[in-house]
Amino acid sequence: MTQRITRFLLPAIVPALLVALWWMASAGSTSIFFPPLAKIWQRFHELWIFDLVGEHVVSSLNSVLIGLGISIVLGVGLGIVLGLNDAIATAVGPLLQFMRYLPAVAMLPLAIQLMGIGPDMRVLIVVLGALWPVLLNTVDGVRGVHPALVDVAKSNRLRPIDWVVRVVVPSASPQIFAGIRASLAVSVILMFASELMGASQGIGYFILETQRQFSLPEMWSGMILLGVIGYLLNVILLLVERFALDWHRESRS
Amino acid sequence: MQSISTPILEADGIGKSFGDNQVLSDVTFSVAKGQFVCIVGPSGTGKTTLLRALSGLGPANSGEVRVNGRVVVQPPAELAVVFQDYSRSLMPWMKVGKNVELPLRRLGLSREERRKRVEQALRDVDLGHAEELYPWQMSGGMQQRAAIARSLAYRPEILIMDEPFASVDAQTRADLEDLMLDIRDRLGVSIVLVTHDIEEAVYLGDKVIVLSGRPASVAASVEIPLGTGRDQIETKSRPAYLELRAEIHRMIMRKSDTVAPQRAPR
Ligand SMILES: Nc1ncnc2c1ncn2[C@@H]1O[C@H](COP(=O)(O)OP(=O)(O)OP(=O)(O)O)[C@@H](O)[C@H]1O
Ligand SMILES: [Mg+2]
Repeated sequence: MTQRITRFLLPAIVPALLVALWWMASAGSTSIFFPPLAKIWQRFHELWIFDLVGEHVVSSLNSVLIGLGISIVLGVGLGIVLGLNDAIATAVGPLLQFMRYLPAVAMLPLAIQLMGIGPDMRVLIVVLGALWPVLLNTVDGVRGVHPALVDVAKSNRLRPIDWVVRVVVPSASPQIFAGIRASLAVSVILMFASELMGASQGIGYFILETQRQFSLPEMWSGMILLGVIGYLLNVILLLVERFALDWHRESRS
Repeated sequence: MQSISTPILEADGIGKSFGDNQVLSDVTFSVAKGQFVCIVGPSGTGKTTLLRALSGLGPANSGEVRVNGRVVVQPPAELAVVFQDYSRSLMPWMKVGKNVELPLRRLGLSREERRKRVEQALRDVDLGHAEELYPWQMSGGMQQRAAIARSLAYRPEILIMDEPFASVDAQTRADLEDLMLDIRDRLGVSIVLVTHDIEEAVYLGDKVIVLSGRPASVAASVEIPLGTGRDQIETKSRPAYLELRAEIHRMIMRKSDTVAPQRAPR
């Protein structure tokens, strides 16, 4: 029991202390750049629960979730094909590494030029960045299937479909999930960046606009919201992973 | 047993090298229907290499393997393999029942027929209660039995086993040995079992094939006329058993005296 309490309380202590510290230190602040946290919180409450959610949060989540979703489907699918075909993997390997290190934000101007500033452009930018971690991890995971399982599959003459779906993918899934987590982080960054440059909606746009109008408590509330959303998305992903990789955790304990 | 019928498995002049390292040379023997054949040899002789050639997983460079008269180029349908590393050969993300069912999926059986076969195979190895367990929830002996069940569910005519009991305790090992004898008697499957344990080979085999030399070949093929209904205590105290065990021991010693290269100085 005490163990459970410490497990849930311990991670909350440091953030709580920091917030308290911030709250007190900023209490009498007259600096327009660092408004009192009380003020920020008040604006946060007025704006985000839930007046502007429909206008900005939905738009941002839309870019992240659709972009990440496409990245996962493409990344896992292509990753399996590449992981199973040495020749293709060798042929496109350098190209993949190149694409991976070309920052997706560098393609923002071109994307805006071609597609204008709309939700499709933002999803495209997210995909251009979030695809690589999940794709490359899937390739690694698929190639890492233990040779003992290859022998089992051959000697049992498994159907290719059973081999891929029931052996290769589950075996690679811990690495695939690690890739998805990295892709999520990239997605949030790119969602934000694409809203700064090419949007009339979204949390990034909101932050930029409020800064331009010197509405700094509002700007701060947007930043906090962005952090909270990123954090929650990660928690959801971890829960899914915990469920899907139950066997993996248990089999190693 | 019915050991005089036509061979179900034939190894005919098998040779295999990895680069310059010739491991097997002219290995020839045969396995009759329902026969229990044990292959013994010291570590590193090439037993696993031979089994991989027999099962079509690692084709030989010369000679041929025939199953029911057909030359083996790929793993044949009549043949199942139980690997040495059982902990790696079961999928940790599937319950035992699903592991056993996996190879059945290609047979185009109905769902109920698959279920029946899975249950039957698990009962055959005394794991009827374990269908819903994950492999990592079971002991080593249970995992090895699950791997055996997966092979049996397929109803193979030949079961090939690579040191299947090397990493379980003595009691479990004795139980598994008797299980294999029982399975052979009940299901009539031919078994080829590799071991480095001469006692195990003589206790289980109708025939023991001694592999030795460098490159390895068949140093001796010894018929074991101990009949059926073997018993861990009674059989192992019979003079005939002791005699055969000593004879095979001597063969391996003599062979390795003359053939083993000097151990390289460190
Ligand atoms: N894939 C391979 N590539 C190169 N050499 C190999 C390969 N597999 C086996 N060998 C060599 O073949 C020889 C026999 O190996 P093998 O695994 O068949 O022996 P073994 O009799 O099964 O030994 P153990 O009792 O230790 O399992 C060894 O010298 C080994 O180095
Ligand atoms: Mg071996």
